[in-house]
Amino acid sequence: MSDRRSNIIPHIDWFTIGIYLCIVLIGWLNIYSAVYNTTHPGIFDFSQRYGKQFVWIITGFILAFLIMVSDASFFSVFSYPLYGIIVFMDIAVRFIGKDIAGSHSWFKIGQIGIQPAELGIFAINLGLAKYLSNEKKASDEKKIRLVAAAMVLMPMLLVILQNETGVAITYTAFIFVLYREGLSGNILLGGFMLIALFILALVGNKVVLSIVLAGLALLAFLIFTRRKLKDLSKVGAILGLCLVIVFGTNYAFNHLEPHQKKRIQVFLQQNVNNSKEGYNLHQAEIAIGSGSVFGKGYLQGTQAKLNYVPAHATDFIFVTPCEEWGFVGAAFIVILYFILIIRLIFLAERQRSPFSRIYGYGVASIFFIHVAVNVGMNLGLMPVIGIPLPFISYGGSSFWAFTLLMFIFLRLDADRLQILR
Amino acid sequence: MNSLFGDRKYIIGGIFLIACIAFIIRLFYMQVIDETLKLDASNETFRHVTQYPPRGCIYDRKGRLLVTNEAAYDILVTPSLVKDFDTNSFCNDLGITKTDFISGIKKATIQNTAYHASVFLKKVTPEIYASFQEKLFKYHGFTSQVRTVRRYPMKVAPHILGYIGEVNKELCARNPNYKEGDYIGISGIEESYESELRGTKGIKIMMFDAMNKEVGDYKNGKFDTLPVTGANLTCTIDAELQEYGEKLMQNKAGSIVAIDPETGEILALVSSPFYDPNMMVGSVRAKNYGKLLRDSINVPLFNRALMAMYPPGSTFKTIEALIGQQEGVLNENTAYSCPGAFHLGKISVGCDAAHGSLQLEKAIALSCNTYFCNVFMSIMNNKKYSSTEEAFNSWRRYVTSFGIGIRPDIDLPSALRGSLPTQKYYDKYHGKGHWKGSTIISLAIGQGELGVTPLQLANQASIIGNRGYYFLPHIIRSIADRPTMKKYATKHFVPIDAQFFNIVADGMCDVVNDGTAAASKIPGIVMCGKTGTAQNPNGRNNSLFIAFAPKDHPRIAVSVVIERGGWGAEWAAPIASLMIEKYLNDTIKRVEIEKKMLEGNTIQYLAEEKNAPKKKKHNAAEAKVATIKKHKHKDE
Repeated sequence: MSDRRSNIIPHIDWFTIGIYLCIVLIGWLNIYSAVYNTTHPGIFDFSQRYGKQFVWIITGFILAFLIMVSDASFFSVFSYPLYGIIVFMDIAVRFIGKDIAGSHSWFKIGQIGIQPAELGIFAINLGLAKYLSNEKKASDEKKIRLVAAAMVLMPMLLVILQNETGVAITYTAFIFVLYREGLSGNILLGGFMLIALFILALVGNKVVLSIVLAGLALLAFLIFTRRKLKDLSKVGAILGLCLVIVFGTNYAFNHLEPHQKKRIQVFLQQNVNNSKEGYNLHQAEIAIGSGSVFGKGYLQGTQAKLNYVPAHATDFIFVTPCEEWGFVGAAFIVILYFILIIRLIFLAERQRSPFSRIYGYGVASIFFIHVAVNVGMNLGLMPVIGIPLPFISYGGSSFWAFTLLMFIFLRLDADRLQILR
Repeated sequence: MNSLFGDRKYIIGGIFLIACIAFIIRLFYMQVIDETLKLDASNETFRHVTQYPPRGCIYDRKGRLLVTNEAAYDILVTPSLVKDFDTNSFCNDLGITKTDFISGIKKATIQNTAYHASVFLKKVTPEIYASFQEKLFKYHGFTSQVRTVRRYPMKVAPHILGYIGEVNKELCARNPNYKEGDYIGISGIEESYESELRGTKGIKIMMFDAMNKEVGDYKNGKFDTLPVTGANLTCTIDAELQEYGEKLMQNKAGSIVAIDPETGEILALVSSPFYDPNMMVGSVRAKNYGKLLRDSINVPLFNRALMAMYPPGSTFKTIEALIGQQEGVLNENTAYSCPGAFHLGKISVGCDAAHGSLQLEKAIALSCNTYFCNVFMSIMNNKKYSSTEEAFNSWRRYVTSFGIGIRPDIDLPSALRGSLPTQKYYDKYHGKGHWKGSTIISLAIGQGELGVTPLQLANQASIIGNRGYYFLPHIIRSIADRPTMKKYATKHFVPIDAQFFNIVADGMCDVVNDGTAAASKIPGIVMCGKTGTAQNPNGRNNSLFIAFAPKDHPRIAVSVVIERGGWGAEWAAPIASLMIEKYLNDTIKRVEIEKKMLEGNTIQYLAEEKNAPKKKKHNAAEAKVATIKKHKHKDE
């Protein structure tokens, strides 16, 4: 064993680790700037968030090191048990959990709060990778699809029941994993269409939309099918489903929680009062806009620092680099994330073991969904959903979770040559 | 399966790439293209806090402080930050009632929203503020800002100094130098030298956080501008003389103007009734201003010295004498006989006494109406001119050169031009060609349509004293130790030869020595003067006197008008002589006269007249016709 461990160092993907360190450093400096407090100017002042984040970062590094020195097969073995524990906890929290900030999703053990939903995505990724890599060759496809879907959807539903819609949305990351592993492209396309249809139903006139949809269905029937009765019923069923969605959207929308409704209205810019429900987003946009091309300079930002932007160290952390480093800095961060994610896909593709590949795709997709939703909401392209920006948002648990997620993959990757096809 | 779906990495990567590009485009739009967001940011974070400069001080000619500044405190409130506190003690500390408190908060909220600081209470005195300040920390949401208010240590010359008040909205809209709440000079020197006195406001850029809490300077004040204190002015007033003049004018309505003929500098300019300028300052101003404004009998806010118009009466004879000589129809030997009145056809103008035959010098000394009616007729019937109109216009040009009938170019606001009739006026009134010298004979003795202000009278005395020239009367000597405008150092000549002035000065000297104002003679000073008693159809006559001293190279020229004072010699002449004595000798030896003048009360006649049932209102021309017809022209 000791042989193998000493051997993995040249196989570790130092490029990914380099980008990771870059992002971590940018994140830490950003937190320092975002909550910069003239009475506590030291960046290692542990009473301040930047000091605390330093502690999370260092402990995160220790965690990463421990993962790298552990046995790669360990993670595959523990996949199912971990998945099982998390699902169990998701259910149990319904009965013995504590209410914190409106969500019924926390276990309290003394001073420490544990939110199974946050760990869920990691467990699903492991469990799904394990299941798909084991079962693929053997049993029939239908069963695999159903089980895989259930493995994602069941915890998702449980999380929604805990009022953690934001977390549930991140679970949609797995659609990319499933697609890569053979899920029909129509479902991916259908997913995007569904989102588009929701938005159109909320923004547009439903009657006009229905007529357009019916016209499209007719065209599809006339051009793309053999105009058989079977085709007609197929097209008709899809049209019917669409119409149900169009008319059902409003019903569903009206039955959302008030704050969720507001967030969607803000996103769609419907009846928004910029000093009330639209305040957060509006202030974030003002702050980002004020950065201009080159920004105001490090520590020179005003909007985020002076609390105009809410949650400016966590969900809205992206505002600070936009303000201080301008378009150049903000685009650099976006590109850095893109490079990281593409690199992870590249790494995933070079795996010999399906488990490693599927897990790697999961990591890339999870990062993507977090970056896309977080940056998207900062830029007003997404409704406000409280999820962290990987490695940059303040917070120990999210920093640990993302580090854990990524370094397990890097550990698997370092081991890739040990596995026979 | 790996190989089966291997191509899908491109689709997944493509989706990620599209998202990445979408974000960068969105960032580019928000940060580079959309300008509105940038403006919004600076609007809400930065506040430009005005630093008010203190206004310039005003000193008298000897460096005595007339106007200075004193701190006053505005209490500001940000309603959203106000927390529960003891309103009773708060109101007690500030000396306001609970109703004031509630309405103050309401007003602030409406005016400037609950999230911004607005003025809650203005101009709190340093005494009240001192005790309030100690407790300020207990009253969340309240802050203070220092403003300055004017203070007048010598309590003199309210009309000259003027006062300041808040600018109105129209001016704020017109002039970018002013913002609502700023102060501006409203009258007097404060108004005419506003741009010098106000200084330059400074701007401090402060940053405020989302809770509207001040978090400090922007970039350590790199972009701030410092306020520049207004320029200090030195005025031409001799504060001691001014103070003495005001003392003499107690209980009298009228004015004193004293000018240094060698420079045109105004030494004193008293308009009575006056008020303590400190009344028009700070929190007491509104109350006092209303009180002064409502006094319709004495009209204390009215600057009589520059704005009140009186018939010059016999003081005008000096000008007639000069014009007559210059026109060649009069010389020192010209003699006329006075039978006690001037008769010409149906017209007759009375005289005080039958002076008998007399020459120019004596005629001035005794102020003989008959003599000057004859002089006036000879000017009007001058063979030089083909018509009365032509002669009149020539006469009028001479009078105008003395500054009568034209607005004085003085550095104080709202000086009036007085009244000097034109040919057009008489043509319209009497009909073209239907008037001649005898028709307008009242002008001979300074009555009729003539009207002069005390300032013009003093300038007239100064011209005679200088033997034919004057400097524009002005009130400011230097601005921040730089001398004022060049125009005040330019000699203005009247078109009358200097030689002709001597006989007039001799006559005026006799006026004081053994003429109409003999009682006002000053031992040791050769004073030249001329009395005037201006007709007032509604009651007692106005008492006038012009004088200069010494006779040669005079150092002071004075005009005094005492409304309803009666004879010129009765009040105006003694007061003028006291002013001259005070200025030249610094001490008053004629204690008896001084006492009489200080105790005198003529303002009562004004009140009596105003309270008496209103007579039919005459206009100037009607009054003239009426008096002439009644043969009641009475003058010294």
